[in-house]
Amino acid sequence: MTPQEIIEKLKSTFGEIITDAKAEGVVEPFVKVKAESMKDVALFLRDDTDLQLDFLMCLSGIDLGKGNLGVVYNLASMNKKHKMTIKVEVPRDKAEVPSVESVWKTANWHEREAYDLVGITFTGHPDLRRILLPTDWEGHPLRKDYKVPEYYQGMKVPY
Amino acid sequence: MFETGSDILKTSTGRTLRSEEMIINMGPQHPSTHGVLRLELVVDGEIVVDVIPQLGYLHRCFEKHSEAMNNYQQVIPYCDRLDYLASMNMDWAYALTAEKLLNLQVPERVEYIRVIMAELQRIASHLVALGTYGLDIGAFTPFLYMFRDRELILDLFEMTCGARLLYNYIWVGGVSHDLPPNFIQKTKEFCTYFKPQIKEYNDLLTYNEIFIKRTANVGVLPADVAVSYACSGPMLRGSGVDFDLRRDDPYGIYNRFQWDVCVGKGEVGTIGDCWDRYIVRMREMEQSVRIIEQALEQISEGDVMSAIPKRIRPNAGDCYVRTESPRGEIGFYLVSDGSGTPYRVKARSPAFVNLSVCPEICRGYMIADVVAILGSIDIVLGEVDR
Repeated sequence: MTPQEIIEKLKSTFGEIITDAKAEGVVEPFVKVKAESMKDVALFLRDDTDLQLDFLMCLSGIDLGKGNLGVVYNLASMNKKHKMTIKVEVPRDKAEVPSVESVWKTANWHEREAYDLVGITFTGHPDLRRILLPTDWEGHPLRKDYKVPEYYQGMKVPY
Repeated sequence: MFETGSDILKTSTGRTLRSEEMIINMGPQHPSTHGVLRLELVVDGEIVVDVIPQLGYLHRCFEKHSEAMNNYQQVIPYCDRLDYLASMNMDWAYALTAEKLLNLQVPERVEYIRVIMAELQRIASHLVALGTYGLDIGAFTPFLYMFRDRELILDLFEMTCGARLLYNYIWVGGVSHDLPPNFIQKTKEFCTYFKPQIKEYNDLLTYNEIFIKRTANVGVLPADVAVSYACSGPMLRGSGVDFDLRRDDPYGIYNRFQWDVCVGKGEVGTIGDCWDRYIVRMREMEQSVRIIEQALEQISEGDVMSAIPKRIRPNAGDCYVRTESPRGEIGFYLVSDGSGTPYRVKARSPAFVNLSVCPEICRGYMIADVVAILGSIDIVLGEVDR
């Protein structure tokens, strides 16, 4: 399917839940989804016979600025050979996105990483712990307003 | 990391141990983890009940550093250090992503140079993977043979750009140096020398009875699980999935060459076992030689620096580009806000994703099998922890 067809299919199925979508004029076509419905959309993307987006290539957390955080899902289909990017946006003070770990198993570690570095909480995740940083680390370094702590466990952080 | 001081012992995921279970720490200083990885093994006697990987011992804040660079080119030395056994492939993936954001075409000669370098690097990386895998299982000699041959590839790289491990060679829009005058001749000599060597490795290790006993039917990864975990590279192909990004999501000029995708067929055991993943790597080296030989025939003269932009300021936007590294799908998700500094760089590293399936395929096997399984995943910690 072409990106345009995928977007139209999603719009006709989910209506209001799709807040934005672009197939042209951008480097990569994308669909923006309301955060609270992400898991339903994910299940549809994986199981629909026309879409079959069964391969979650990448999941990235991002600080979008203006008080918002985002999650970007880069999906591909092994059979159909098409791709689609799904984006969600959540306010920084209530950064909660439903986990898609049960849809694509690979999301488990990616979501832990996004939680660790950007501070997005994935509700329903079976094991949401920090993954790259120590368990007692404070803050989420990839937020744009992150300040490197002066001390870590009584040791001076050199720079 | 389990709580003491009470009668109840817990794993780091919070599960309470049954009385017959115990936790063994494998790593971070354990030779078979190929770096600093800690595996928390929950064992019942000799049987592995669960594996909980603990990462981050080599975390160097790659993504945070990249956001502090004031030029897109300055990220490339950091990419080198992601998968330090396949730096060329890392640089190429990043350069391709930035070029897509810039909508930039690179000259013909650069395309050929990149393919030759990436495939040489693939052979070098697989030689380390296979050599150390033999070492893990207990075969010492193949390791020496493979490292001897890898040196020849490193010599070719050193001749080209002066570095043996971290090249900073593939830049956004081109490469840092043109090929030296005798490079093509030397590479052809290497190909001629290398092809019979693969037979020697097979005689030494591949069909060795002890090696087969240790790897066949161990760590079986079914194809549907591999796709759900987004495994890629030899890990995915070992499970019998005929998928290679060089053919199925082509980038560069791979569609100009004749070569085959190797998949695991369960020749000595079950499809998707450790031996299948091993043999996919072994056969990929032959295919890489084929690609290199064709590229050396077709390469033409040209300027390699002409397309390198003086000043990189992509329009605001984002994109994800994936390429096939020796370990699988290396992708970069790059966001530009229109300035000269990357707004967000996310490296989707194949080893990180492939490692996440480790608990799934280790359960039910013996402790010694964990060594064989981990070796067959072929992780590089620089890339797992970033």
